[in-house]
Amino acid sequence: MIEPTPKQVQEEKIYRSWGLSDSEYELISEKILGRLPNYTETGLFSVMWSEHCSYKNSKKVLRKLPNDSSRVLAGPGEDAGIIDIGDNQAVVFKAESHNHPSAVEPYQGAATGVGGIIRDIFSMGATPIALLNSLKFGPIDNDQTKHLVKEVVAGIGGYGNCIGIPTIGGEIAFEKCYEKNPLVNAMCIGLLDNTQFKHGQASGNDNLIVYVGAKTGRDGIHGATFASDEFSNKKKKQRSAVQVGNPFMEKLLMDACVEIIHEHSEWILGVQDMGAAGLVSSTAEMASKADSGLMLNLDNVPQRETNMSAYEMMLSESQERMVLCIKPEFKKQVLGFFESYNLDAVVIGKVTSDKQYRIYHNDELVVDIPVDSLVEDVPEYDHQGIMPERIIESKEQYIPEMESFRDTWLSVLSSPTIASKAYLYQTYDAQVKSNTVVKPGSDAGVVRIRGTRKAITSTNDSNSRYVYVDPYIGGQITVLEAARNIVSSGGIPVGITDCLNYGNPEDPEIFWELERSVQGIADVCRKFDVPVISGNVSLYNEFNKEAIYPSPMIGMVGLIENIDHITTSCFKNSGDLIYVLGSTSSDFNGSEIQNLQLGKVEGALNDIDLDIEKKNQNLILSAIKQGLLKSCHDLSEGGLAVALSESAFENKLGFNIQTNISTVEMFSETQSRYLITVDSKNKNQIESLFGNNFECLGFVTNDSIFTVKARDGELDLELNEALNSWKEAIPCLMK
Amino acid sequence: MKFAVIVFPGSNCDMDLYYAIKDGVNEQVELVSYKETSLDGFDGILIPGGFSYGDYLRSGAIASHAPIINEVKRLAELGKPVLGICNGFQILTEIGLLPGTLTNNRQNRFICEDVQLIVENNQTQFTSEYELNEQITVPIAHGEGRYYCDDETLQMLKDNHQIVFKYTHDVNGSIEEIAGITNKQKNVLGMMPHPERAIETILGSDDGLKLFQSMVKKQKDEVQL
Repeated sequence: MIEPTPKQVQEEKIYRSWGLSDSEYELISEKILGRLPNYTETGLFSVMWSEHCSYKNSKKVLRKLPNDSSRVLAGPGEDAGIIDIGDNQAVVFKAESHNHPSAVEPYQGAATGVGGIIRDIFSMGATPIALLNSLKFGPIDNDQTKHLVKEVVAGIGGYGNCIGIPTIGGEIAFEKCYEKNPLVNAMCIGLLDNTQFKHGQASGNDNLIVYVGAKTGRDGIHGATFASDEFSNKKKKQRSAVQVGNPFMEKLLMDACVEIIHEHSEWILGVQDMGAAGLVSSTAEMASKADSGLMLNLDNVPQRETNMSAYEMMLSESQERMVLCIKPEFKKQVLGFFESYNLDAVVIGKVTSDKQYRIYHNDELVVDIPVDSLVEDVPEYDHQGIMPERIIESKEQYIPEMESFRDTWLSVLSSPTIASKAYLYQTYDAQVKSNTVVKPGSDAGVVRIRGTRKAITSTNDSNSRYVYVDPYIGGQITVLEAARNIVSSGGIPVGITDCLNYGNPEDPEIFWELERSVQGIADVCRKFDVPVISGNVSLYNEFNKEAIYPSPMIGMVGLIENIDHITTSCFKNSGDLIYVLGSTSSDFNGSEIQNLQLGKVEGALNDIDLDIEKKNQNLILSAIKQGLLKSCHDLSEGGLAVALSESAFENKLGFNIQTNISTVEMFSETQSRYLITVDSKNKNQIESLFGNNFECLGFVTNDSIFTVKARDGELDLELNEALNSWKEAIPCLMK
Repeated sequence: MKFAVIVFPGSNCDMDLYYAIKDGVNEQVELVSYKETSLDGFDGILIPGGFSYGDYLRSGAIASHAPIINEVKRLAELGKPVLGICNGFQILTEIGLLPGTLTNNRQNRFICEDVQLIVENNQTQFTSEYELNEQITVPIAHGEGRYYCDDETLQMLKDNHQIVFKYTHDVNGSIEEIAGITNKQKNVLGMMPHPERAIETILGSDDGLKLFQSMVKKQKDEVQL
């Protein structure tokens, strides 16, 4: 193929199909370069200036999020953020979305999402210790969705299981709005001795740029641009933008990178993952951060296809590749080191002092532009939001209809949002490395840190229904729900990573959702002193102009100071007293039962008293530290009815309760509540600790029957019948 | 007692086994690369789970050609204990130290869960600390764990009491619910479940500990003789 000339790029407006606007192109040619960029240069600008790489549409909103606390060692800007957990140890974590690739090629899209997030962690020198994920699909009522669910789950398991990192938690939800645009968000947590932390920097004249890992092919070209565009029936030829993963290669790469950073830190100055926008993004960001220039010779890049152009090589998103900046005197050692791992490692360039980004290919200079123009000069857009018409400002709550208490109970349990996802998450290895204390299925996963008394707990949460009906309060709840999951497991929330999944931000209504929900997230993070240390933004999640629900996903990490504090959600022994901490009112807007009965969610959410929320979190942590709680479960979708059932299922225990709460309110989703069990001998102790704002509901039984006497109705339900509704729903739908 | 944990490219349960020995039974243990050609000085060989060589071609197929394999075979012939877990079991069948083969689970997907096993033979150096027919809880994590062999081999396994562990129910479609077998001489054990993940109650079960204790006891008894 003969590449178009710079003049043709301009006249035929080729840059438009790569996502650059006319004004952006003019800015580049007239102000930044003072000449027309050639084909390759235009390609570099288009990916580096895509929303995915530059956050040009969301930067203003992201600044609302607090990113500092006494524990933060590094915040956003690195491959991943770092949080101090004492004893000279730190955790590194980040979540990333792989929504668009997963829609087109679900297995590889999900697999490479996991692979990419793992690279972000080990490029910091951290050893990955846990994976989580948050998945959203359309309702499982057609073959297309079944295929998506099956392949996405297989892709996540296929990558994580092979590389040998336990998947300890996550969430899966189903909603019409995700039918053509599923969400696949993956999170990885790594453990680091904080003194060994490496910045991704390429400083110092004549230092060498080394390419390590898989060969470069034509896969994933323009992946970042693709991720920054909408789906529609008209755009189908996007498969080439998806990459193919090789977890075996990544395992070698991971082991080698962690070892070289730890054992040979004197050889290297920086390590960076080649993720979105591959070679250009990793090297340009490295150079820009270090205030240096860079010279690359593409003839040295390992290639798995022939006759690749500079444009293709620079924009390829082939997986399992890393870039290192090393001291020239250690070149031989570095290359030999990677050879011992059977990994390709070659010098592809060097650091220069003039802050220019120069690329040679076939002995020709094909790119010559200022480094900063790719990274720093991206225009920032300030959109104005408009409240969508669907938003109802009245807080008047929906009142569910209740013909049969029993039927409602069973139908809520078998609703796909609530039903057990074990059929799906059992395909993930949750235990490899032998550190997993709490596997998927409880409020949050827990891995202990070998050789210490500490453990790390983590959860992925998003309830996009709440955010859809009330973005501000919905945003608040997303963080609070995650925090309650952490606290219920015995952890102190220490940090957040997020994936902000929304529609097209150029639509004022979508921008309003983004702005309001991030404000809600930010306000709660400040109040609870939990910083957002990393994350990503995935916009343009639309199909034929229909956007997904605003879906911010919170990946929270908590520190458990003593493994004795680890608490799970399941009932332990018959005779234990059952309490609910926090009062229950009518909170039905955006709830599971509203969705079940109306087929949609609507109406504003009640305000949340953050002081009560904080007080209850502290009470739970205090009770756990005193050894008073035998189980603890956060109340969320489906309210008390669902929490009681879920807690009973694991050990097949029953319960006998009597309450002032009405039958309808058993499904209310009032915030700031916990379901706990306590040994009956500790009754006085727990009640004096809680003071007020709690109700003793009854006790755990071993007769496998759920007995409920509510204010206005009763229920006697066989555990097995409830269990079947809950456990069989998803396998049944998937058949 | 000094154990070797063989590490292939793609092994991922090597550290689990390492700690099971070091912390579980407080014995000596070293990681040994697949590139090595000698296992002199080791009293027991452990082949860990994982995805050696990415499970490309067929689980365990490429690992069976690694330099260390001749040495594993040599020690097995000398009567030294060789334990292969999960991918390690697959490798042992590939190199012919154990009969039969492991294929895709009946469900055609990866399964990770705690399962119940029955100790079918406690007269081996891997199981002497268990009661006969003892029921134990050990996790599985595999996609290709369905044990298969022909009728003749099955009869031989039964006649020689080579079936050491069985699942209590049909977990993955394995013939006769077989979870672990030994060779005729009973010094090579392959099993799909992960005893090395079941050595601490905090992780859900310590029922796997007795397997390693049995190995250590056998060796100590021999030294005393």
